[in-house]
Amino acid sequence: MTVIRVPLSWLNDFVDIRDLDPIELAERLTLAGLEVEHIRWVGLNPSPRYHVPPERMDEGDGLGWERDKLFVGEITRTERHPDADRLLLATVEYGGVKPMTIITGAPNLRPGDRGLKIAFAVIGARLVDPYAEGTKTMVLKAGKIRGIQSEGMACSEKELGISEEHEGIILLPADAPVGMPLADYLGDAVLEMDLTPNLARNLNILGVAREVAALFNRPLKRVQPELARIAGIVRPEAMPRPDQPAEPFVQIVIEAPDLCPRYTATLIRDVQIGPSPHWVQDRLRKAGVRPINNVVDATNYVMLEWGQPTHAFDYDLLLERAIKAKQGVGTEPVLPPSSSGRSPTEPVLPTIIMRRAKPGETMTTLDGNERQLTPDMLMIADTLGPIAVGGVMGGLETEVNERTRHVLLEAASFDFINNRRTSQALRLPSEATARFSKGISAELTIPAASRCAHMMAELAGGRVVAGVEDCYPLPQHSAVVEITPAEVQRILGMDVPASQIQEILERLEFAVEEIPPPADRAAQRIETLRVTAPWFRLDVSIPADLIEEVARVIGYDQIPTTLMDDALPPQWRNWALESKERVRDLLMGAGLQDSISYALIGAELNRKLLAAQGEPVYDTLAGRAPADAPLPLILDPETLVRLENPLTPAADRLRSTLLGSMVNALAANLRAVGRVALFEIGKVYWPIPGERLPAEPEHVAIALAGPREAGAWLNRNDTLMDFFDLKGVIEELLERLGLLASATFEPATHPLFGPKAARVLLKGKPLGVLGELHPAVRRAFDLPETRAAVAELQLAPLAAAISARQTMQPLSSFPAIKEDLALLVDESVTAEQVEMAIRQAGGSLLRDLVLFDLYRGKQVPAGKKSLAYALTFQADDKTLKDADVEKVRRRIVARLGQTVGAELRG
Amino acid sequence: MHDLQRLRDQALAGLAAAGDETALEAWRIQYLGRKGQVLELLRAIPDLPAAERPAFGQAANALKGELSAAFDERAQAVAQSKLAAELAAEGVDVTLPGRRPQLGRLHPSNQTLREINGIFAAMGFQVYTSPDVETDELNFELLNMPPGHPARDMWDTFYTTTPGVIMRTHTSPGQIHAMRALGPDKPIRVILPGMCYRYEQVTARSEMMFHQVEGLAIGRRITMADLKGVIVEFANQLYGAGRRLRFRCSHFPFTEPSVEADVDCILCRGKGCAICKYTGWLEIMGAGMVHPTVLRNGGYDPAEWSGFAFGMGPERITMLKHGISDIRYFFGNDVRFLEQFG
Repeated sequence: MTVIRVPLSWLNDFVDIRDLDPIELAERLTLAGLEVEHIRWVGLNPSPRYHVPPERMDEGDGLGWERDKLFVGEITRTERHPDADRLLLATVEYGGVKPMTIITGAPNLRPGDRGLKIAFAVIGARLVDPYAEGTKTMVLKAGKIRGIQSEGMACSEKELGISEEHEGIILLPADAPVGMPLADYLGDAVLEMDLTPNLARNLNILGVAREVAALFNRPLKRVQPELARIAGIVRPEAMPRPDQPAEPFVQIVIEAPDLCPRYTATLIRDVQIGPSPHWVQDRLRKAGVRPINNVVDATNYVMLEWGQPTHAFDYDLLLERAIKAKQGVGTEPVLPPSSSGRSPTEPVLPTIIMRRAKPGETMTTLDGNERQLTPDMLMIADTLGPIAVGGVMGGLETEVNERTRHVLLEAASFDFINNRRTSQALRLPSEATARFSKGISAELTIPAASRCAHMMAELAGGRVVAGVEDCYPLPQHSAVVEITPAEVQRILGMDVPASQIQEILERLEFAVEEIPPPADRAAQRIETLRVTAPWFRLDVSIPADLIEEVARVIGYDQIPTTLMDDALPPQWRNWALESKERVRDLLMGAGLQDSISYALIGAELNRKLLAAQGEPVYDTLAGRAPADAPLPLILDPETLVRLENPLTPAADRLRSTLLGSMVNALAANLRAVGRVALFEIGKVYWPIPGERLPAEPEHVAIALAGPREAGAWLNRNDTLMDFFDLKGVIEELLERLGLLASATFEPATHPLFGPKAARVLLKGKPLGVLGELHPAVRRAFDLPETRAAVAELQLAPLAAAISARQTMQPLSSFPAIKEDLALLVDESVTAEQVEMAIRQAGGSLLRDLVLFDLYRGKQVPAGKKSLAYALTFQADDKTLKDADVEKVRRRIVARLGQTVGAELRG
Repeated sequence: MHDLQRLRDQALAGLAAAGDETALEAWRIQYLGRKGQVLELLRAIPDLPAAERPAFGQAANALKGELSAAFDERAQAVAQSKLAAELAAEGVDVTLPGRRPQLGRLHPSNQTLREINGIFAAMGFQVYTSPDVETDELNFELLNMPPGHPARDMWDTFYTTTPGVIMRTHTSPGQIHAMRALGPDKPIRVILPGMCYRYEQVTARSEMMFHQVEGLAIGRRITMADLKGVIVEFANQLYGAGRRLRFRCSHFPFTEPSVEADVDCILCRGKGCAICKYTGWLEIMGAGMVHPTVLRNGGYDPAEWSGFAFGMGPERITMLKHGISDIRYFFGNDVRFLEQFG
């Protein structure tokens, strides 16, 4: 996106827009694809439709110059203040009944000056306070300095809210009409437009004027002779080649026509370098360019007006270099594969060579920096060496300076892709590359050069040498595209007759030719149009491009709004998405907050996860398929997918586990709140050897820390959440997905965790890991001294289960009998072993089994633990008797004794 | 008989004084118990002269009946007043906070994503996803942006250290993935939600990571009028019925014609405010007719098939909806932010 500023006063040079409300103009342009982001009002009161409140406006916006207080004035007399050396008295005619006297200290005014046109404010005028920060307005008051009354003021740009310029007073052109309200003479609105890259042709005043002319169906004004030669000409073949100069002044050699298809040079003799007149400076400033001197300003002015960047060389400096080279100082061989066809003649002439840079070549650009050049960059060189980076920046040595007498003006065309690469490689974005790098027509060179040369002559008193040196080895061809109303209908869904298509395209300066139907269908309407793009349209190559032109001129709002009547594509169940969202719902139901963290992490995050190890030993995939990888996978940060151009080292590679960001989130939140229960479903990125792209499995991470209950008055439970809270969440999740029966938990040892850690497997395959963080890891993450339990699970195995059926168990109508069973077992015996023994022996009558107590201590021998279970017995077909239950119970006790050495506790 | 009368008065007075269950029980034992005074009287009947016996017996029995009835009545009254006192003691300050179950909440982005998925599902669009780490070819080249194309500047790209591999800058490469997976000779209607990455300074208004939802419809009779219809339908469902929409010409290399859709500002209803930058409009998505080159790259013949694509940012939608001023909250994982939504 490129921003340009279009003063409406300048636009009006090319298309009459005086009757249009700037808001209306801006809206139409915006709808047609030229987005006006903002309107800056200069001396004009904003249109009533402009809704921006005054306090939100930019500097000067909204300071409408009062028509009865600000005028074009003329200084008829200037003399020293009798009592103040530094002050002047000026007499000003401004159309009032009698001239007024003002006191001024303006540095650009001298005693004896007369006939100067100024911006004159009478007492009572509202102006910008030049000494205030930002934009504050003030009312001009009558003042007396050393006995003399000042009756008004000659304004600076700052006082008028035009710019920050407060060095001197504005000097208006000599033909400014005295007495005209300043708002009418100098008032303006500037459209600030942000243009998409396809609109390179519109990055200038004329380009916007062409759009306005087409959209409002108005003629382009052809007020300037140079413009007349170009604006009406549609086809490049009709564009006249310029006359060759009667006297040769330069030789042009294009060695790299692929990078520089056209180079033209014009000579302007006897220029006088100096400041530009106010109207030029005013336009440049409004368009966002700083005035420098008349020659440079002319090149910038033409670039802003026509979109063709040009470059001004000091011709004498080029000549000196040519002579030096001829004397053998230079080394540049002159090859003429594609030259302007003139052989070098005596006396010595500069030779401009367009070639690729040589390896190791350097050049100092006009910003004073020495640039390292590479062979894919286009150099503009002479016989002594490089003098500019083509289309990017000129060289310091041949730059126009205060002593310049003759100017060699370059207007050339460059390959836009190469230009963009070079400006990026050299980090030299400029107004020129903003245009060249998006592609502008080679046909623009001659008219823009001509306009610029004449402008220099006008501003700097020079003389344009007749004729132009033009080297154009690769002439541009205009696109020819055929289009039919049927195709327009097929894409837009709207009927546009051939005549309207033709009318619109012709407004946009396309040449349209009707192709008559074949002889056997001669009576039919003309249905095919052959369309030739105007020379400035490089963005058109297929019918769709023309369809967009037709649509945007008609207006997108005119296209009907319909609902698709095309066939509905086959629909399918998206199990992966459905189950992911089901997992999300279950975890939210379990009281966890859904979260999303950055996929980009810094190297230190994985290192911190392994803080419990002195020298981290990272996990590896070790050739396993991603689905079989045991979690967590804390990979060596060096092996992660890494960014070439990170914004910050803290986000320069892609995470291999969700746990790093999860623990970070825990730590950050625990600084603000006491209890955190979070989960995230997100991608991790695993580099796969031999693959360009990483695997991107989705994982589920869970983190718990803080008290079990939120700590309300009713249910205070300050017990900290621990491993079993986390395991409970996972068991609940698995159960609800119908997976708990196929899941097993086994002890895990991983440096991320302390002793409370487990792996969870699903049908024997790794599903994930859970545990309480190792204290060293907690410290590394600056977590407070509290338990923190985290888990990470693979999503895919969970998702695969969602369609699984859960078989219904019949409900018994017979009473159940509950029995408690308290056991003593060795510490090494696991709950799972005990439970399995009970279930196996309990058979079908054992309906439920709940561990209700785990006890160590008094009355339990060392090395033993007591487990107490509540058993529920029930039959489907009868009421159980005590004897039935007693039989099963004895079987269970016997089995427990054999398998896990359990004894009954009295 | 006089004794009976005195006993009656005494008992009834005692009953009236018994205010709780303990006193009542003591009274019952004293008067109506097995050793109570009434039974004592009855037991004493045989000692009376025979002539007095019937009258006295009758009177004593009557007294027993009367006292029993009075006792039952009194017991009920005491029970009732006890219950009333108990209930009165149960009275609570109903403005005290309730016992709330701890339920988790949905991330605001996921909330919006679910909404978007739902709205488009009803229009026959299904969810299709593709990788975050993408090739330059898919992210740019096949979307009509050859290397060096100036339009690439529209997306500031994170490059990986593997040449030609980047973080996707938009969900648009999913268009090619979807066409190649679901095509070539079948119509397509999918949305492609996913995370995108941009090399952009992280500020209140721009993030280096954000969601996008791309949409793609391909068929033999899909037009720009259909695209407008789908956008209008979506906007009215997401932002409420009666929205005004505006369609502007725009440019994306992978669509032609291209369009930018604006909805009238949901805050000021088009009058102009700080949120809509005083334009009255909010940009909601970029869209367009799929470029023939992109159709071809996806395996579809652009002479026979046409389609549209659109893309939108759920975080932006969420920010507008909830008045969130800073996009950095979304992935900061601050529960004080997250717990305000979902």
